[in-house]
Amino acid sequence: MATLTASRPSLGGFSFENCKRNGLLEGEANKVGCSLPAARKTGTTICGVTFKDGVVLGADTRATEGMVVADKNCSKIHYISPNIYCCGAGTAADTEMTTQLISSNLELHALSTGRLPRVATANRMLKQMLFRYQGYIGAALVLGGVDCNGPHLYSIYPHGSTDKLPYVTMGSGSLAAMAVFEDRYKPEMEEDDAKRLVRDAIAAGIFNDLGSGSNIDLCVITKGKVDYIRPHDEANKKGVRTGDYKYKRGTTGVLTKLVTPLNLDLVEESIQTMDTS
Amino acid sequence: MNTRGLRSQLKDSVPVAGFCPQGAYGVQDTLRSGFTSVKNELLPSHPLEISEKNFQLNQDKMNFSTLRNIQGLHAPLKLQMEYRAARQIQRLPFLQSSHLALDTLRGSDESIGFEDILNDPAQSEVMGEPHMMVEYKLGML
Repeated sequence: MATLTASRPSLGGFSFENCKRNGLLEGEANKVGCSLPAARKTGTTICGVTFKDGVVLGADTRATEGMVVADKNCSKIHYISPNIYCCGAGTAADTEMTTQLISSNLELHALSTGRLPRVATANRMLKQMLFRYQGYIGAALVLGGVDCNGPHLYSIYPHGSTDKLPYVTMGSGSLAAMAVFEDRYKPEMEEDDAKRLVRDAIAAGIFNDLGSGSNIDLCVITKGKVDYIRPHDEANKKGVRTGDYKYKRGTTGVLTKLVTPLNLDLVEESIQTMDTS
Repeated sequence: MNTRGLRSQLKDSVPVAGFCPQGAYGVQDTLRSGFTSVKNELLPSHPLEISEKNFQLNQDKMNFSTLRNIQGLHAPLKLQMEYRAARQIQRLPFLQSSHLALDTLRGSDESIGFEDILNDPAQSEVMGEPHMMVEYKLGML
């Protein structure tokens, strides 16, 4: 009976109603030769490094939609809690929603325990959620923060696997950034050295990867203090026009000049009020 | 704890497909679900559909079996009795009930998931037919 499906109450969450239709539409579109629009991704370089007193996170600021730059200055370092920040690569909407969801959950959890949240808690929540959706949520994250046990840095992949490491990179420019890290990382660096290292790693990603570009954002997290530097370095400034196509008066020589005055008579004058509200 | 693999969840869970066509007057809604075929009806339209539909069920099953192994049979039995009692505190089926008691028992009053943000049933565009829903709930249908 058709009414049976209407008699069960609807639940929240993801709805898979349109999946079959979308599959059909994609098949039809491919037959004709066009393709469906792509989701906005953040082809990205994100990285993080632990230093003596904390964690430095870095990210570029370009968001792409296929082969077009959709946002020249997007913010990829998301707030999770006062002592934990997270950089996101992959589908922009997925990273945004995932980090906001985990931030809310962590806040509720902190209110319930009465303590500052730990980075391992955020990591566990993120990996369980991403595994539940089997990689369909395309969010690759670099999670870093300082809690009661010291500074921690995790990298989280879209399918739910995580790594706890002293330095991590993610995104399409991750290989370029990792090359810089592998060359110059030293344990127990000073803050300025760590910032310079992260800046250079992101710059390597920006200049060597098409999916990354624009400026470099940094986030320095130490015990009790967070420094969100946006932008830290404008690696790609938009160029200034050197020439001008306007011509000065007198460029063209004037040969003759003829002035003809038009004598007009005032015939009728009427006033109409305008509605300027 | 989400440690159970995907395949093990497929075996002992509730099948998804309704064997009746959805749409006005019982006619297949070609725009939404495409052409009819038995394969279309039986297989899920998305790999996550089954696992998402049964997620809460499987979580509960897993927690109860762990609890039974640790504390003995009485623990899941008592909890299930409490769940059953809390589930009965609700309004009529076509109205939105808050399920506050059930949420508190489960611990989901302290967490946010996609079911709270997306597709909020209170904001859904279609309303269930009240008489049908009450009859279905009372088992008269």
